[in-house]
Amino acid sequence: MTTRIDALFAELAKEGRSAFVTFLMAGDPDPATSLDILKALPKAGADIIEIGMPFTDPMADGPSIQAAGLRALKSGMTLRKTLEMVRGFREEDNTTPLVLMGYYNPIYIYGVDKFLADAKTAGVDGLIIVDLPPEEDDELCIPALKAGLNFIRLATPTTDDKRLPAVLANTSGFVYYVSITGITGAAAADSKVVGDAVARIKRHTKLPVCVGFGIRTPQAARAIAEKADGAVVGTALVDALRDSLDTQGQATAKTVAAVADVVASLAQGVRGAKQAAE
Amino acid sequence: MNQRLPNSFRTGPDERGHFGNFGGRFVAETLMPLILDLEKAYAAAKADPSFQAQMNGHLKDYVGRPSPLYFAERLTEHLGGAKIYLKREELNHTGSHKVNNVLGQIMVARRMGKKRIIAETGAGQHGVATATLCARFGLECVVYMGAVDVARQAPNVFRMEMLGAKVVPVQSGTRTLKDAMNEALRDWVTNVHNTFYCIGTVAGPHPYPMMVRDFQSVIGEETRKQMQEAEGRLPDSLVACIGGGSNAMGLFHPFLDDPSVEIFGVEAAGHGLTQLHAASIAGGRPGVLHGNRTYLLMDDDGQIQDAHSISAGLDYPGIGPEHSWLHETGRVTYLSATDDEALAAFMLLSRLEGIPPALESAHAIAKLTELAPKRPKDHLMVVNLSGRGDKDIPQITEILKGRKQ
Ligand SMILES: Cc1ncc(COP(=O)(O)O)c(C=O)c1O
Repeated sequence: MTTRIDALFAELAKEGRSAFVTFLMAGDPDPATSLDILKALPKAGADIIEIGMPFTDPMADGPSIQAAGLRALKSGMTLRKTLEMVRGFREEDNTTPLVLMGYYNPIYIYGVDKFLADAKTAGVDGLIIVDLPPEEDDELCIPALKAGLNFIRLATPTTDDKRLPAVLANTSGFVYYVSITGITGAAAADSKVVGDAVARIKRHTKLPVCVGFGIRTPQAARAIAEKADGAVVGTALVDALRDSLDTQGQATAKTVAAVADVVASLAQGVRGAKQAAE
Repeated sequence: MNQRLPNSFRTGPDERGHFGNFGGRFVAETLMPLILDLEKAYAAAKADPSFQAQMNGHLKDYVGRPSPLYFAERLTEHLGGAKIYLKREELNHTGSHKVNNVLGQIMVARRMGKKRIIAETGAGQHGVATATLCARFGLECVVYMGAVDVARQAPNVFRMEMLGAKVVPVQSGTRTLKDAMNEALRDWVTNVHNTFYCIGTVAGPHPYPMMVRDFQSVIGEETRKQMQEAEGRLPDSLVACIGGGSNAMGLFHPFLDDPSVEIFGVEAAGHGLTQLHAASIAGGRPGVLHGNRTYLLMDDDGQIQDAHSISAGLDYPGIGPEHSWLHETGRVTYLSATDDEALAAFMLLSRLEGIPPALESAHAIAKLTELAPKRPKDHLMVVNLSGRGDKDIPQITEILKGRKQ
């Protein structure tokens, strides 16, 4: 099976550059603005789009993404509406890979089989579920693979060589390397250390390795893109979105452009990266 | 859910941490290697006779165990039914059952060479117990506590600080126990290398529910022996309050395979089950939070709902996974008591026995007033008095003042 994610990485390999992966929360600050932002991302330079599924208790997220989730929930966002948003995006764009990222409980309550079917039809390509390690693969990972969705696993600095094969076993699409031990929005890792970690993971897999957590500037994005197949930015985008809101936390005329501008400058950073000799 | 009834209720969890359909290890990859390490370290400790001997020494001389099993004569007379015994966990050092578990986990942390201990706390009792043992063993201690709870359990906040712990008020989410647990998990993910997360109840990812249960089972084991000495037989029923369910599990577990023993857990019904409450079995459904599958309060989108209880220690939208399993197998009956019923029970026990219970434990006492009168005078009923009420006196004073006005 070839997904939009596989196709993208094949294409980028030909171009000889790394992917720029964006993260924003579905429904932040409201469903309509969120869809407008989503539609603006590919033009601004996003290669892969991660869409956060809001959850009340995001245990691996820092204050910025927690607040984004709460803004989304307050505006009435639900998992059903997140899938609607994906359908809205797919009406105009049938190539940019979309990955849903979040926590398991809303999916479990939606119903795993129904969720996978609806996500696939809506045009979702992959899933990143923070609280489903390989030990719980029967829950969603195996069914997702059967349904034709990529299940993208997180590898972390605590995932040692002994554990990596288990983490990679049912992973597809790409591997998401969390460059620090910590929550989203924390300090960045040193790009040399990240380079070593990526090399270590690549000894165990042929899958592309994208790196995230702590990347905020075009320079940092560029440094990571020189070491990895993709650089993921979330908190910096969520912060730009937040800073564009009015005092009530509502979207303003500037909101979509504010996010698109930051995406564009980060994308330039990624595109400016020299490819590491493979 | 139409699973076969097990031959024994005491063999769980399986090697993946499941109690029937509940439990498991739903955590971020960063934490997974730590949890596997902990599982190994705990198994080794359990198999090491010197560990048990050390534990027993500290339980006796530092905690003050065994805690008495006390015949509550006036309460029994007042209710006019079952003969009521109180298991006096409130007499432990630090004032609640929480210390039994903390001692065990701190001993495991020491074996693992961890120097920094973090904990979440609701009522502050688990925080106080953790701060106490960290002082005793010279370990750094950080306690996460919802900002709402910091305000309503002020005496315990002072106490933790006096013991040298750092108390971090948690402003995220609903600013109560569940958010304190989120924040503790965030700390743990960040400080994986030197930090041990000391969870305060039978929740969290495997092996915590099992490990905490094992450390708390001293309550039920002592009760068995003490009742044998007092009455020459087993009790007929057990009653305990449930936040996450650790004091209850500690009392219940040694009796699960004695079919003659009726077992009752009491959840917090807050303002009532049709309004804001914290009764996850009565008002929730199975879902996944904080590392395990269990009954949770949530909406139709799977978003966790705010719990409410007058008692900070019960103000949690979930329950330990083993309780969810004991509920579905029917072995334990889960009831609930409202804020007002708990307050009335607080006054009742204070006036009749001279023992002000913790507001948490008062929920168990509240159900006694329904259960005991319906049972014969030779029925032996044990209630877990999980903590003492001193910490609640400022809050109760405020409430009573408000009612007079
Ligand atoms: C005295 C007391 N009892 C009960 C509880 C509830 O916890 P658990 O259900 O784990 O025993 C607490 C929690 O803070 C407590 O302080």
